[in-house]
Amino acid sequence: MPSNGIRDRVAIVGMGCTRFGEHWDRGANELLVEAALEACRSAKIEREDVDAYWMGTLTSGRSGLLLSEPLKTGYRPITRVENFCATGSEAIRNAAYAVACGAYDLVMAIGVEKLKDSGYSGLASAGGTPTDGTQSSMTAPATFSLLAPAYAKKYGLDPDTLRRVLTRIAYKNHANGARNPKAQYQREVPEATIENAPKVAGMLGVFDCSGVSDGASAAILCRSEDAHKYTDNPLLIKALSFIAGPADGAKRQDYDYTTFPEVVASAADAYAQAGVRNARDEISLAEVHDCFTPTELVLMEDLGFSTRGTAWRDTLDGRFEIGGAQPVNPDGGLKSFGHPIGASGLRMMYEMWLQFRGEAGPRQVEAPKLGLTHNLGGAPGRCVSFVSVVGAN
Amino acid sequence: MYGVDCTDCHCGPCDNYRIMPGILRYGSYVPYCRLQRTRLEGGGRGERAIANFDEDATSLAVEAGREAMRGSAPAPATLMFASTSHAYAEKLNAAGVHAALDLPPETRLVDLSSSSGAGVAALALASAIGTGRPSLVCCADMVVGAPMGAREAMGGDAACAFLVGDGEGAAARILGSGSHAEELLDVWRGPEQQFARQWEERFAQQRLVPALASAFERCLAESGIAPSDLKCVAVDSGHRKVGGLFARAAGLRPDQLADDLSGSVGRAGAAHAGLLLAGLLDSAEPGDNLAVLSASDGASALIVQVTEHIGDHRPIHSVADWIQSKRADIAYETYLKWREILPFEPPRRPDPPRPAAPPMRRSERWKYAFVGSRCRTCGAVNLPPQVVCVQCGAVDSMDEVPYADATARIATYTVDHLAYSLQPPVVAAVIDYDQGGRFACELADVDPKKVEIGQELEMTFRRLYTSDGVRNYFWKARPRR
Repeated sequence: MPSNGIRDRVAIVGMGCTRFGEHWDRGANELLVEAALEACRSAKIEREDVDAYWMGTLTSGRSGLLLSEPLKTGYRPITRVENFCATGSEAIRNAAYAVACGAYDLVMAIGVEKLKDSGYSGLASAGGTPTDGTQSSMTAPATFSLLAPAYAKKYGLDPDTLRRVLTRIAYKNHANGARNPKAQYQREVPEATIENAPKVAGMLGVFDCSGVSDGASAAILCRSEDAHKYTDNPLLIKALSFIAGPADGAKRQDYDYTTFPEVVASAADAYAQAGVRNARDEISLAEVHDCFTPTELVLMEDLGFSTRGTAWRDTLDGRFEIGGAQPVNPDGGLKSFGHPIGASGLRMMYEMWLQFRGEAGPRQVEAPKLGLTHNLGGAPGRCVSFVSVVGAN
Repeated sequence: MYGVDCTDCHCGPCDNYRIMPGILRYGSYVPYCRLQRTRLEGGGRGERAIANFDEDATSLAVEAGREAMRGSAPAPATLMFASTSHAYAEKLNAAGVHAALDLPPETRLVDLSSSSGAGVAALALASAIGTGRPSLVCCADMVVGAPMGAREAMGGDAACAFLVGDGEGAAARILGSGSHAEELLDVWRGPEQQFARQWEERFAQQRLVPALASAFERCLAESGIAPSDLKCVAVDSGHRKVGGLFARAAGLRPDQLADDLSGSVGRAGAAHAGLLLAGLLDSAEPGDNLAVLSASDGASALIVQVTEHIGDHRPIHSVADWIQSKRADIAYETYLKWREILPFEPPRRPDPPRPAAPPMRRSERWKYAFVGSRCRTCGAVNLPPQVVCVQCGAVDSMDEVPYADATARIATYTVDHLAYSLQPPVVAAVIDYDQGGRFACELADVDPKKVEIGQELEMTFRRLYTSDGVRNYFWKARPRR
């Protein structure tokens, strides 16, 4: 895929992130303002210094006015971004390109989602585009649950082993979240609780699914040569890749539900941009889209962290735990944070921001070289995928 | 054209010469679920067929119509849809059946309703229309009685379809028909009433038996045969004793009276008489004379003679096949919930939006008839139809390909406890067609505990949901019946 990349040309110089959770007392307005102002403080700038904004949300509002009205940004360009669950990452990518090409000097990428006002469990957006009524009614957990039996069948895993692997992923991410004051859930969850939870879809129980929460997160970006005006420890963008797949998994018999080809493609593109040859050795830590436990399992192979058919073993061996060889979702992931759509991609980047500045406290990964964020939208066989590679030097 | 000579002068074609209509094809459908009468206050023995939560009169009619129209059946000029439980009180119900059966636009469409006699009336009407281009008669009913009542216990849900046209080459020739009209207060239901009411049984019994005898007599006269020439007589009546009393009055032998399926299906309203006829045709031999009578708001009768072509025109499923393929353990509360008689806690999901008229119109052949596309360049089947081939990327190189009769196997599946449904959990599957192509859809008539990868499936036309009164029809897959 032809992409030139903007390796090391753009830096993140400030970030903010609200606590994720059930914010019954605050709307999208308040969450946006909190994240934006925290990011400005972090970069030691005033709101007025921001030349332009890229704001991501799936369902919480429309147009740049969702941000300009509460934040009182005056007369500034604000682009509303939407790309399914990868919306937050798309805000970063487009903001980064704007400074890279010189159109603006200092910009903000911000994302928000207010999910808990709907009154429904899970993700639910009624209405929308008028249709002929033939669209699939499968829920998100149902579509992702298809990964588990397919993976087990392809690699000869017995159901008990597969269950242990998925439980381990949920356990790990909750254990990490227990060390994160911004997570929705800040408690470890016993493995027995995870295993015996009521079923949602297929073999997925409640604890195999990410939570539903509200939250916002924001980043300030500029060209790397300007970064030290704002901070001594900028986070450099090494690669940004985004892929919208052909959505043909449910149309072609050759798709087997053990991989996201979109993730494979976006990872290959990102690694080429960043000069990464061996992701298993070179990526120090990763924040990935663990919307459901089998997603994280499959992602480890699609991102090249494990060879095909071995991620389950790497998971059980503790490779992806903090203190393991390649920590994944050290902040607790979607499992602990829930998934306020527009904010999640930025929340992943916020953990990179903390980790590469040595500010991750009890979750700190030692001397990271390269970090990766991965954000997915859609369903197996029908999705969009984002991969970034970042680092301090 | 097949004709019979004028019986008076035996002169061959003359003014009295008439072309005899016949049943070219037929089909039946009995839904998968049963309710045990022992669980009902209305009592009785045996079980009744109940449409699943995702079925209605239209979808039942489509299933029977598909059976009748499989293969090289000639397109009908007229489609009649008889039912007392039409899905729409206003909006042509036959149009949905017509679209699902992928019939040509020049077809005349008509709904017949308000009496369970409408089924035999439609058959007689089709027969009277003549033998040019044929008529397709679809009869389907869901008989919903008030809880704890006899109608709830004794009613049934089923469908049948008959393609009526030129008797030459037909499965059966229609020898004659007869009617007896009478203004009779027996069963009634106003537009504002959910359940029908019924007058005292003995009154109707004593009026309907002579009405049947009168219609039968006319029918015999038109057919030119005697009661003893009949191999089998099927009598459809809302009253248990009417059939037997009529048989005795008409001098029929007990072995001539057909099983009325009350113990296995229940009386399926406007579809019942036709269902009985379909059952007789399933096992009839060439030369057999069969009579079917329906007593409801008067009486009507039809006599057919089975031809040597019957073996070529039988549907895939016989009535007995359908009856035998069943799930018999549906709880009474579940049934009440399906019929929306018993209020229940809705799923904590938004109600699905009503489908929109213009996109439904644009995708009519996909949505209703399950017509996909096949790439002329690489042969890949594209479901739903695509402009650009999903396999080779060729643009505008597609032929339409009907897939309603395609068979498939489960590639992978899941049991979805969160999805919106009247009957959670939803079983959703990715299915691979034996003839190529893949599709993801809900499974119907399925026990979530008995689904497995590789399981054989066939397509079935269902009502996904109703929103703002709009019935959202589309296709699901079901384990082969």
